[in-house]
Amino acid sequence: MSILIDKKTRVICQGFTGKQGTFHSEQALAYGTNLVGGVTPGKGGQTHLGKPVFNTVYDAVEQTGADATMIYVPAAFAADAILEAADAGIRIIACITEGIPVLDMLRVKHAVNNYGVNLIGPNCPGLITPGECKIGIMPGSIHLPGKIGIVSRSGTLTYEAVHQTTQNGLGQSTCVGIGGDPIHGMSFIDCLELFENDPQTEGIVMVGEIGGQAEEDAADYIRDHVTKPVVAYIAGLTAPEGKRMGHAGAIISGGQGTAEAKFAALEKAGVRLALSPAEMGDQIFEAMANN
Amino acid sequence: MNLHEFQAKQLFGRYKIPTPNGQVVTSGTQARQAAEQLGGELWVVKAQVHSGGRGKAGGVKLVETLDSVADAAYDMLGQRLVTHQTLAQGLPINQVLVEQPSDIQRELYLAVVIDRVSQQIVFMVSAQGGMDIEQVADETPDAILNLFIDPIVGLQGYQCRRAGFFLGLTGDAFKQLQNLMQGLYQLFIENDGSLVEINPLVVTGQNELLAVDAKVNLDDNALFRHAELAAMFDPAQEDETEVVAQQHGLNYISLDGEVACMVNGAGLAMATMDLIQKEGGSPANFLDVGGGTTAERVAQAFKLILSDSKVKSILVNIFGGIVRCDLIAEGIIQAAKEVELTLPVIVRLEGTNADLGRGLLANSGMTISVAQDLTDAAKQSVAAAKEVAK
Repeated sequence: MSILIDKKTRVICQGFTGKQGTFHSEQALAYGTNLVGGVTPGKGGQTHLGKPVFNTVYDAVEQTGADATMIYVPAAFAADAILEAADAGIRIIACITEGIPVLDMLRVKHAVNNYGVNLIGPNCPGLITPGECKIGIMPGSIHLPGKIGIVSRSGTLTYEAVHQTTQNGLGQSTCVGIGGDPIHGMSFIDCLELFENDPQTEGIVMVGEIGGQAEEDAADYIRDHVTKPVVAYIAGLTAPEGKRMGHAGAIISGGQGTAEAKFAALEKAGVRLALSPAEMGDQIFEAMANN
Repeated sequence: MNLHEFQAKQLFGRYKIPTPNGQVVTSGTQARQAAEQLGGELWVVKAQVHSGGRGKAGGVKLVETLDSVADAAYDMLGQRLVTHQTLAQGLPINQVLVEQPSDIQRELYLAVVIDRVSQQIVFMVSAQGGMDIEQVADETPDAILNLFIDPIVGLQGYQCRRAGFFLGLTGDAFKQLQNLMQGLYQLFIENDGSLVEINPLVVTGQNELLAVDAKVNLDDNALFRHAELAAMFDPAQEDETEVVAQQHGLNYISLDGEVACMVNGAGLAMATMDLIQKEGGSPANFLDVGGGTTAERVAQAFKLILSDSKVKSILVNIFGGIVRCDLIAEGIIQAAKEVELTLPVIVRLEGTNADLGRGLLANSGMTISVAQDLTDAAKQSVAAAKEVAK
């Protein structure tokens, strides 16, 4: 078991024949992902990387039975790509694209709620079930099939958590990068719920950052609903107020959204804290040993 | 991206949101002419900088003669205005707005923002205008009415009526508010606003509404579809180094410390800053070089870092995922040679081909030392900075 995706997941790529789409589709195929084709409007009927290209997501779903997509289309067209995937019946939509206008995402978020899909991102590395299915831009080689579920707002910090849990032999069940934008699809809580109910997942690492109150909400959820050990790290203790730290959603405004407040809320909920990004692996290892 | 008050008011005009009559000028002589054209016996001269709290900082002057309009403008232009929201060096005043004063009976507050918690657009309405809204929210949260708007349905008439009754408006002002709110909502949606604020929204002696101040922040990610607005960008109001960084596709924010860092990924960059502080140092910057860590980008990043004279050491923290670490190491060495780097550089490299990359760095003959891991890298950088400072 794992969450969201496994070796049976039938994946397509939107923006398949573009530079990014091509590169990461090659990587996904090399990893053993069941990539069944891709979509580039106007190039339907062609073959790319040995897989069929379709004009629409509808065609791709009809002819390949695809149930997951990774989206690499430019920011100006990404909202449209997400909505097409949802309407065509895709179940897992991972949008890697960075820089989508926030009002586009606001409309998309409200629209996809009606379809009951799992939207991951945007502005995220994607998700991976090690050894089975890689949907996104993460380096496959650092992963190890195992027992830790990882959920993170940041790409490279996810890789840190993965690397450390590979080094100490725990491995990962599934890793989900939920993205750094203020309006995004799946939340910490959505992923925590899936990890709690997944038999393969025995412990959880959660990586947050400044801005918003998603970590505080997650803390409440963990206190009330999560029985598995959870380790949390929050980036941005030294971030100045009012500055956007790379991610569109990483900003402290009006004294709200600080790393201190998030650490405090998580500690209060009984979550084990990693106070340094280098300690995530050690902390979850100890937590698992004590459990 | 932030607009100036005069730009925001031009935008208001297109959506029939009433503002005081005024003209933006760049010299004392022009200010005098503007005041003459506006007529009347009183004028307001307002410094155009991207900051609130201008009034208290001396950036808004009420004057009674044409000569004093010219003097006020002359005194402000070319100066830097320091408010409680700006850094100590303040922001340059390159334009002033000359306006007719308003007949103020009441001061209200009206804003449109995106609320990330509810994931909706929110109208914030308060009868306590003219004050810092954060203070109102802190002290008397009940004095603010939040109206949540479904982005697919849009702003509804009942919401505008509710705002009007909440504010105690009557007659013309009540009716006017309905149109004003619809205009403000359209402005927000059509221009990809991230914050639109009127503080104060004035009720005049004639029971009419007037937007005496105007603040518009736009979504940077949406500027590609608003060329006209993008052209209003005023780099003089921004940190010079940050603007240069942006032109090179780097995410850079300068801070006060002495240990510089260069990292791939925004989250890891913040985490690296935190680790520098945890090990007893102080970060000099936030710098995300992004995914494709090429020699050219790294060289640009080194140049940015070196433009800050406070920097005593540089920590490079790269988690090479898709890009191989040996290629990244070659890029770092090439860039370090190009900018003739003499400050100590500590590199932490992890990921594909990390050993190969570390070997290249260790044998480069440059002032580059290779760290064992993340914590070691932070420790070495802090120690190196202290050594250089001696």
